[in-house]
Amino acid sequence: MAKRQVMFTFPQELIKEPIIYNLSQQFGVVTNVRRADVSENRGWVVLELEGEEKDVEQGITWVTSKGVRVDPVIGDIVEG
Amino acid sequence: MGYARALRCRKCGHEYPIQPINQCEFCLSPLEVIYDYQAMAKELSRKKVAMGPLSMWRYRAMLPVESEEVDIGSGFTPLVKADNLGRELGLDHLYIKNDCLNPTYSFKDRPVSVAITKAREFGFDTVACASTGNLAASVAAHAAKANMKAYVFVPSDTESGKLVGAAIYNPALVVVNGSYDDVNRLCATLVQNYNWGFININLRPYYAEGSKTMGHEIAEQLGWRAPNCILHPAGSGISFTRIWKGLNELAILGLIEPVKTHMYLVQAAGSSPIVNAFEAGTLHVNPVVPDTVAKSIAIGNPADGYDALKIARESGGGACAVTDKELIEGIKLLAQTEGIFAEATGGAVIASLKKLAASGLIKRRELTVAFITGAGPRTQETVADIVQSCTIQPTLKSFREVFGEPV
Repeated sequence: MAKRQVMFTFPQELIKEPIIYNLSQQFGVVTNVRRADVSENRGWVVLELEGEEKDVEQGITWVTSKGVRVDPVIGDIVEG
Repeated sequence: MGYARALRCRKCGHEYPIQPINQCEFCLSPLEVIYDYQAMAKELSRKKVAMGPLSMWRYRAMLPVESEEVDIGSGFTPLVKADNLGRELGLDHLYIKNDCLNPTYSFKDRPVSVAITKAREFGFDTVACASTGNLAASVAAHAAKANMKAYVFVPSDTESGKLVGAAIYNPALVVVNGSYDDVNRLCATLVQNYNWGFININLRPYYAEGSKTMGHEIAEQLGWRAPNCILHPAGSGISFTRIWKGLNELAILGLIEPVKTHMYLVQAAGSSPIVNAFEAGTLHVNPVVPDTVAKSIAIGNPADGYDALKIARESGGGACAVTDKELIEGIKLLAQTEGIFAEATGGAVIASLKKLAASGLIKRRELTVAFITGAGPRTQETVADIVQSCTIQPTLKSFREVFGEPV
């Protein structure tokens, strides 16, 4: 099993779509929201994803293809 | 004995014992070290600090270590009164904190010295980091001093010149065939699979504390007072937050008056997620894809952006971004007025200072400290066009033809 802690940033046009629900349903990934701020214009959600490595990977690829920006919660690791 | 008491979540306040972790299990926010300031106050005085070594370790009581430090001579760098540059920009009390003068030529030696000391305390025999320059060199150098193994991960497009600065200390230099984001992802996975001290991941809360010494030092060097304004570059934003913490803990300990410093955060326009949030008036930092010559602060998804932003706002300071063209002019201006050759990030600080002074946000009479956090010679290509030598024949006649008769 793999765990990933990520932040989803939603553009306005995707605010009404049940992206997190679909991610869970279609890829069998357990989603666990820890922090979030969603308004009518924009939204971000910090969550933990848990599932088989390939399911988590494919799920993240699908979410990204929908137009959601996915970043690691930990921030960038590469420093100058 | 040290005074570090626990790790505390910066968002939700949940506390954890001192251990190699960096994230709150509940809200996934960054953790920071908290201290027993009452006990610390009993030991610390200006006189005691002044009797300490001429390095960052004179502030050891305020750092989260218990054992003998891994020290290659970092800190206590010069705070220079910059009269020439001040005249140019219309600032009467301008100082440059020259952190180029650390053992591996950047401020990173301060946090890394603490992180590697802590790594040894936690029993790690191997340390690691992902970097395109300054951090890599500092980690490799400190690991050499501590007789520890070091793994340094770099993206495949890192210039070979920058690799030398790290390779000389003989770490395992791993060139990852992929982009900046690929290296980020790989290292996030590695830390879950290897029992290593990852300098800016599981050791991050301790690493961060080393940067406080920049705040401690300027206060001491100014005769135990905080300046009116500080300009400091922000990549992840972590050192910006710790300079503020460093100054404020001196006030808590009664070593200086309450801090009223305006904190100005500087980024390059090609990677300015924190400045964008400041200007938009939000506290949420939206990640960007970095594109700037100022590689030391080219961080698109800053881990401590939220806290840095809060400090810039609450201190009555600000956030300023400058273009690559402006920052290159900044490098030249600093070199040609004060004789200090900074890397691109330092150019961004000087260019921002110029903007903030011209706009009147930083006033002529205010005591201002601008931080230069890394030296220029490692990234000379940024200003390679500066070389415009004139060639003459080895004769007096030839020299006079170009430069004229002696006056």
